[in-house]
Amino acid sequence: MAAKIKIPERKLQELKDICKSFNNEKGELINVLHKAQSSFGYLPAEVQEVIAQELNVSVAHVFGVVSFYTFFTMKPKGEFPISVCLGTACYVRGAEKVLEEFKKHLKIQVGETTADGKFSISCLRCVGACGLAPVVMVGDKVYGRVAPEGVKDILAEYNG
Amino acid sequence: MATHKQLRIALRNCGVIDPEKITDYIERDGYSALAKVINELGTVRTIDLMKKSGLRGRGGGGFPTGLKWEIASKNYADQKYVVCNADEGDPGAFMDRSVLEGDPHSVIEAMAICGFSIGATKGLVYIRAEYPLAIERLKIAINQAREYGLLGKNIFGSDFDFDIELRYGAGAFVCGEETALIHSMEGKRGEPTVKPPFPAESGYLEKPTNVNNVETFANIPPIILKGAEWFASIGSEKSKGTKVFALAGKINNVGLIEVPMGTTLREVIYDIGGGIKDGKEFKAVQTGGPSGGCLTKKHLDTAIDYDNLIAAGSMMGSGGMVVMDEDDCMVSIAKFYLEFTVEESCGKCTPCRIGNKRLFEILEKITEGKGTMEDLDKLRNLSNTIKDTALCGLGQTSPNPVLSTMDNFMDEYLEHINEKRCRASQCKALTRYIIDAEQCTGCTICARNCPVNAIKGERKQPHTINQDICIKCGVCYEKCKFNAISVK
Repeated sequence: MAAKIKIPERKLQELKDICKSFNNEKGELINVLHKAQSSFGYLPAEVQEVIAQELNVSVAHVFGVVSFYTFFTMKPKGEFPISVCLGTACYVRGAEKVLEEFKKHLKIQVGETTADGKFSISCLRCVGACGLAPVVMVGDKVYGRVAPEGVKDILAEYNG
Repeated sequence: MATHKQLRIALRNCGVIDPEKITDYIERDGYSALAKVINELGTVRTIDLMKKSGLRGRGGGGFPTGLKWEIASKNYADQKYVVCNADEGDPGAFMDRSVLEGDPHSVIEAMAICGFSIGATKGLVYIRAEYPLAIERLKIAINQAREYGLLGKNIFGSDFDFDIELRYGAGAFVCGEETALIHSMEGKRGEPTVKPPFPAESGYLEKPTNVNNVETFANIPPIILKGAEWFASIGSEKSKGTKVFALAGKINNVGLIEVPMGTTLREVIYDIGGGIKDGKEFKAVQTGGPSGGCLTKKHLDTAIDYDNLIAAGSMMGSGGMVVMDEDDCMVSIAKFYLEFTVEESCGKCTPCRIGNKRLFEILEKITEGKGTMEDLDKLRNLSNTIKDTALCGLGQTSPNPVLSTMDNFMDEYLEHINEKRCRASQCKALTRYIIDAEQCTGCTICARNCPVNAIKGERKQPHTINQDICIKCGVCYEKCKFNAISVK
């Protein structure tokens, strides 16, 4: 699991408030995790422990749910998380080559973050924008019809 | 785009109304189907109407919607639930997203109609977190419906109460399976369970639960208003109404279409889709996502409906249609889907968890040129075993891409194994770029573009490619103006 960190008091209270806003109901675990991840950026062990305690479930249960769903991450993502869609439509239109290009430029693998914490690469399965295939997302911004040659320009937008 | 072949029922309001204005929806007969059900039809006649309409589940399974409602209505409980499955996970499908973004009220209205019919007061929409705009629009629509008294207590002055909440997915394909979806809504790992018990008996929080897909719901208000006979008059004998398809891949017109059931693949791909991109040759169309199969030229005149697609070795699925041309390798496509299944298998049952992994490995071996004839037998046997023994719909259908490509493109499998050749040049390990000395004019364009300097030759003399250095990127092939480079 992730490295040991200490949650600052203010963030700890925020986390408890998130749990409380769902009435500390264990059935709301996934909603709680969504909120917690958007607040912390990721879900380290310590965050999972607090949630388990607040919702009165085992840490194993929380970990089981976190590790089951690809949306949840236990590692911090980059400041600009890059997601390359590998759905079928993107695949047949060359998404793999685009992904290779990102890996080559950033010198990291899928699931990793650059040393400066700026970029991370992940793959996702269909954002439902198949008409624009191949699709890449940087944060919430969607880039359509990305060619391998266009990767450099996308990265340049964030390197300025 | 040829629109005369299209007929919009589920998408009737998409792009026509402002999805953030309930008044736009009401102007186009919105919520009058709900009023008709509550004030005029009552529960029994509504379910009867739904059964007569012949509407079948648009999520892929094709189970008759009216029958599903009837079963849920006959189970007595203090609380029942209506669930909208908006976990559109099939890669290449985006019809549900479009309905939710373009016409959210039609889904809300239909959920309320379902709630009234089966005796449920609570509705839940399980929606992918990857669809932020759809979530936003749905939230706005639910709040507006509450303000107008179309959700909440005593709807249309009756004693019927109904309200809707949202539940978010978190990126797990298996959660489109209804039992897995229900577990996910309960805050658990989205693992499926054996049916029976069906959700209609014991679903969300062990209460009777009716799960329908977004597109299914979007069809319901027009059916109630225009009648079962009207709907049943559209489509083919056993598949009534229309189906929305997401056209994608190597086709000129990409996007959503809605056509009557029974339309042929040829009409969809050529008349509506405008044919194959860049004048290439059509090879296959993949329907049904990872659960479906690849259909070929010989299927082009097949009328699209639930039963015909299954008979052809594919399935309707949620409606993704990814078109492939001569440049796609069908063994690689099968491998692509298996990679998806291996990643998305929840791991609960052995046939799916381990069987699919083995299928993937055999396919990988074949695409690397290391396959044997024995592997083909293994692929087929293992596929059939997984189909028969996997726990849920994901596993039971996951070998379909393998079986359908084996049935329709055996020659490609054989080429990979016996000739170590990939005709589409997609399998890198099997490709060799060769310069034909007679065609080569020595223009040097290939040598200048080669990223690894693998091409040598004097100006105006035939060039050669050093196979040990060549990384098979294909740049020379694309740049050559004299068709002197071939892929072997």
